Amino acid sequence: MTSLQHVKLGTYYVVALPEADDFDFWRERARGLVQCDVPPDRVAWVEPGGSGSLFSHGDRRIPVPAADAPPVRASKAFVNLAKSAICHSDPERFALLYRLLWRLQANPRLLEDGADPEVRKLDELARTVRRDIHKMRAFVRFRLVEGEADGEEHYVAWFEPEHHILRTNAGFFVRRFANMKWSILTPSGSLHWDGRVLEEGPPAQRSDAPQGDATEDLWRKYYASIFNPARLKIGAMLKEMPRKYWKNMPEAALIPELVAGAQSRESQMVAAGTLEFEERPDTLEAIDKAIHACRKCPIGQLDNHAMMGEGPQDYAKGFSGLMIVGEQPGDQEDLAGRPFVGPAGQLLDRHLERAGIDRRSAYITNAVKHFKFVNRGKRRLHQSPTAKEIDTCRWWVEGERAIVQPRLILAMGASAARGMLGKTVSITKARGAPIALEDGSELWVTAHPSYLLRLDGAAQEEQSRLFDADLAAVKERLAELAG
Amino acid sequence: MGAQTTIEKLEILADAAKYDASCASSGTAKRNSAGGKGIGSTEGMGICHAYAPDGRCISLLKILLTNHCVFDCHYCVNRKSSNVRRARFTPQEVVDLTLSFYRRNYIEGLFLSSGIVKSSNHTMEQLVEVARILREEHDFRGYIHLKTIPEADPELVHQAGLYADRVSINVELPTDAGLTRLAPDKSARQIEGAMAGVKADIVEAKDNRKRFKHAPRFAPAGQSTQMIVGADAATDADIVGKASRLYDNFRLRRVYYSAFSPIPDASAVLPLKRPPLIREHRLYQSDWLMRFYGYQPGEVMQATEADGNLPLDIDPKLAWALKFRERFPVDINRASKEELLRVPGLGVRAVGRILASRRHRTMRLEDVAKLTVSIAKVRPFIVTADWRPVLLTDRADLRALLAPKQEQLELFAA
Repeated sequence: MTSLQHVKLGTYYVVALPEADDFDFWRERARGLVQCDVPPDRVAWVEPGGSGSLFSHGDRRIPVPAADAPPVRASKAFVNLAKSAICHSDPERFALLYRLLWRLQANPRLLEDGADPEVRKLDELARTVRRDIHKMRAFVRFRLVEGEADGEEHYVAWFEPEHHILRTNAGFFVRRFANMKWSILTPSGSLHWDGRVLEEGPPAQRSDAPQGDATEDLWRKYYASIFNPARLKIGAMLKEMPRKYWKNMPEAALIPELVAGAQSRESQMVAAGTLEFEERPDTLEAIDKAIHACRKCPIGQLDNHAMMGEGPQDYAKGFSGLMIVGEQPGDQEDLAGRPFVGPAGQLLDRHLERAGIDRRSAYITNAVKHFKFVNRGKRRLHQSPTAKEIDTCRWWVEGERAIVQPRLILAMGASAARGMLGKTVSITKARGAPIALEDGSELWVTAHPSYLLRLDGAAQEEQSRLFDADLAAVKERLAELAG
Repeated sequence: MGAQTTIEKLEILADAAKYDASCASSGTAKRNSAGGKGIGSTEGMGICHAYAPDGRCISLLKILLTNHCVFDCHYCVNRKSSNVRRARFTPQEVVDLTLSFYRRNYIEGLFLSSGIVKSSNHTMEQLVEVARILREEHDFRGYIHLKTIPEADPELVHQAGLYADRVSINVELPTDAGLTRLAPDKSARQIEGAMAGVKADIVEAKDNRKRFKHAPRFAPAGQSTQMIVGADAATDADIVGKASRLYDNFRLRRVYYSAFSPIPDASAVLPLKRPPLIREHRLYQSDWLMRFYGYQPGEVMQATEADGNLPLDIDPKLAWALKFRERFPVDINRASKEELLRVPGLGVRAVGRILASRRHRTMRLEDVAKLTVSIAKVRPFIVTADWRPVLLTDRADLRALLAPKQEQLELFAA
């Protein structure tokens, strides 16, 4: 037997590692080899299961450094990166680390040189391992197994890491699921935690792990629901969750279906919700034509006619700047095709006259363009529009407003007020004072004349008085605005 | 119609939460379940447990407690006047779902939001109750994000912060006018008042912890907010300005942007075209410029075009560089970190590596190429030992040279 006290010139050495991720073993051997001045090209590193064919004739007994050999220096940054990189599955990693350790002796700040190819390679290995560690933390899926004897819950996962990260990653799962009994099975080994002790076990097969868990249906439903089909970005998903992980993730089986259905789900969302108006019509004639074709809400589907507002819009030709907005056409209006011709209209006319407002100087329209009713025998019974229907029709009224450009809008009734404001207000609270609108005009709110028709006696008198007061205030304010 | 099952409720209430942009589960106090009786840990970096086909990560169980709502905000699918299917979880159901998902390692925790039922206070109490059961009864040590109700009693918001890692209060829209129009039941003053209250609580809790080791933590992952982009006429300059005021005034951790997307049952008040998703992306890029690259909000606004919006075809950093060509080229071997961070195509990481590497060598173009993703993008703006862009930054067609090709753009602009 030859002496191992010194390095033999021209000798090749083979270091067989007991574990693929045994950093301490590697460090101890590497330190000794550096101290014995063995250059990197004379060492072959062999991991379990790896072939040492390159240096099959090499000496497996490595030299022992002299007692007074200078210490081996390595920066903390190197040690940290090496601990990660050693978990990589690249068989060249040990040799790369040794070459860097060798070079660090002459240049202790070597790692700062990001443009050096070997430093970059080390960086890349460490980064890949960190990513694999992170993906394991993310994509392990535990499945519940009820214990046969103790009835205790046991959570078991099957995972296929790409690198030798199982041992390094164990601490994370122990800290997170400290009070849970769990096992993680992989093709290269397994981990078992019983709530107190972590044990390592032999490699496992996929069939050793449970095949399903009732909660997976809930999880899949969640996964499918939280996804917004209007924002399909498959590339972004694949970048972070490459296909290789899919086979062990219960939700991933849904992906093809979700992607394929996204287009139609989005168009359904659009069709069910947003309206397909392209450009807002910019003349009253165009709006008139468009509302006759509008079927955006259920009222438009009834057997009725659309009804346009009427009145002047030109200040030079007698327009006072007043726009009066009612709720929706009634039965008689629908038939006549003109706003406010029924009983409520006649009542309105009387009050306007009393207040000294010329109806012909105002533009009169409705918050909702179609008559909403239910058939009761031969009669068509008026129904109030829903908030949704008013909001839908707001599009048209705003179009009229943009063209007519009133100085003051008088909204009669809660529906009309909602059509102007987009929210429901209380008439009692809102009446009697102006509300500034975005376009600079003023909104006044009052009751709807049909409300007055339904009252009698003292209540009727009281409401009539309030209605007159509102109209008088409007008349006065209109004069001020006209300056 | 029979009672809804958990899975039916989950479908409705997760679907309703898909417009919430926040997914963060990081940056909170470090915890684990060792020594406790429950489960959960937080270790600095949050984990995305899955990715949806929309490219967004799933790290939290993000659901609404209920999508019933007494408010009527036009952009919101849960508005009172919308016809969506409604559902309502009990606090216990949310707790059970969170725990059973967490035990199977599907999630990092819970992000709970809610429509407003009965009253703001009632709703807030329910949200707090979910967090209380998780923390106190189950010793849950994972992440909790509560979306608070600004109209609720400040004391309830305070309780939320004691249980949650993060609280968020949505500003909803970048301008007050937009809020008035689209969210008639909300008030900007109330929203900002609630944010100010949370900020004060965070500051006070931090201060207390300096003096008393066991002082309770308050929202250790801070507060965030969300703004809807493209539902009103606000420009990118308005949005960036608003975001930076929010960062300054309330020390928010994050401002999230959510491109308005077609929602079922949308209101007629909303614009009818959805804004390109790329706009949202550009806003996030500008957010990064301010948070990590030392850009002032005013500088990001300088990168906008005449209409006040950031260009869609190039990123805001390149847009800024093209407008301030006199600041370039930057000498890779001499320039300060701040100057290097302004070079389009050089990220924070690449700049760090350049600074470290140049202590060892005089950087040549090929050295820079090794440290960056695309040298072609960087080249016109830098000087190295062997490279000097001759008048390249003066070329009128520089933008066209650097902007991605039109066909590519179409793919993203959808």
